[in-house]
Amino acid sequence: MDLFSKFDDLIAERAAVLGNGGADPFELVMDEVVSATEAVVDGRPIILAGTYNYMGMTFDPDVIAAGHDALDRFGSGTTGSRVLNGTYAGHKLLEQRLADFYGTAHAMVFSTGYQANLGICSTLAGKGDYILLDADCHASIYDGCAMGSADIVRFRHNNAEDLARRLRRLPAEAGKLVVLEGVYSMLGDRAPLADLVRVAKDAGAMVLVDEAHAMGFIGERGRGVTEAEGVEDQVDFIVGTFSKSVGTVGGYCVSNHPKFEVLRLVCRPYMFTASLPPSVVATAAESIRLIQTRGADKRQQLWDNSRRLHGALSAAGFQLGTERPESAIIAVVLPDLETAIAMWQALLDAGVYVNVARPPATPFGMVLLRCSLCAAHRPDQIDAIVAAFLHAAEAAKLDLSGTRRADAAE
Amino acid sequence: MSDPTPTSPDTPAAPPTADEIYRRICALIEPFNKKGVAVTPQTTFAGDLDLDSLNVMDLVAAIEDEFDIILPINRLPDLETVQQVADEVASILKG
Repeated sequence: MDLFSKFDDLIAERAAVLGNGGADPFELVMDEVVSATEAVVDGRPIILAGTYNYMGMTFDPDVIAAGHDALDRFGSGTTGSRVLNGTYAGHKLLEQRLADFYGTAHAMVFSTGYQANLGICSTLAGKGDYILLDADCHASIYDGCAMGSADIVRFRHNNAEDLARRLRRLPAEAGKLVVLEGVYSMLGDRAPLADLVRVAKDAGAMVLVDEAHAMGFIGERGRGVTEAEGVEDQVDFIVGTFSKSVGTVGGYCVSNHPKFEVLRLVCRPYMFTASLPPSVVATAAESIRLIQTRGADKRQQLWDNSRRLHGALSAAGFQLGTERPESAIIAVVLPDLETAIAMWQALLDAGVYVNVARPPATPFGMVLLRCSLCAAHRPDQIDAIVAAFLHAAEAAKLDLSGTRRADAAE
Repeated sequence: MSDPTPTSPDTPAAPPTADEIYRRICALIEPFNKKGVAVTPQTTFAGDLDLDSLNVMDLVAAIEDEFDIILPINRLPDLETVQQVADEVASILKG
């Protein structure tokens, strides 16, 4: 028995979709990256409109200089766990920067955002406890739940009433963790956190909010939807990543819980992996400092870009993931995978890179072409993205006059 | 939410019979039964009904609301057939 037999359907589907000789959207190679918004693929310049590089920090001269300096002084890697030889001065400085940014007592840095969710979700809730998670939560949250021993209860997306109903069914004395996201990455929609957090707190639950797609530009200080909705004092844990607005790689959790530091001794995805390299740590720390002290203009530019793209695609007749721009993610909803891949290829030919998103990552069986905007996008680049979408829709014969929606269970 | 005790005035005093639980679950499956499979107690969700993990979790939410229970999704790997789910629901209702 070949262990790979279970993947045969996927292999066949992929071959069928790629049969027309196009590039594979899941195996694109960036030969050169010129700036936060431009790369070279197959010798041709393309506009990057699907990188989560929201604040455009990846080529900031101060960020690069900080990375160079740390690389020279501390070497290429730590070769060790945070709990052994892998905590350098830079790691502690980065945690202090995060605590300053959020105004929290504690901050804990993980090697990736995925591992932050994996570690926190699997460790906080144990046997006999309950995790209640939004149906549209990211795979890292689901995987963290699967790794732990708590009972996992899923509630309907962004539905406070549905959460309340499920909380009421649980034993009053059981430990409960409600896991939410500030912005959901597939459709770019925002959570009604004030309502959800109130329901969770009324039931005596602790609350974790993943702000991966909101940190940097939502809320007055860029702390995320938690800040924008005025619930910072009620959210127990904020999880985030350095691989989006911060512009490098890594993950974190911040909290005011008085016993938070014990997690460093019990959280396996924190302990049993090598810590981030010094250069990555230094770029993250500098980037966070810059977002905190000089982020206001970029926030404004990013929101202008988001409104410009959403407005133009909406006016052109595309069905979008949200009625209004709620974040820096603008998702175009398509009828099927074939159309999405044909359009993705046409977009690339026209010099624009976006993401293909498909089930099971997407809700309701939706197939999406997802744009994520950058503060560094110029207005003419946004216009070029719109023009490329119109060209791609024509190439793929997408009907823009009436829209269809691929719901899984109608 | 001053009173955290579960209260559902509509729930009849007598718990539903095994047969009734099975029939109510079958009714909940119908909207997900895109292939029009004839559902039996031995029908499997992933194989026969061809449900993906998201469909299964949506069906679980519907079952939870139908019976006013919690059916944690971490228990799903052990529940492959309609009968197994019906038995699990009966066991949860007994408490």
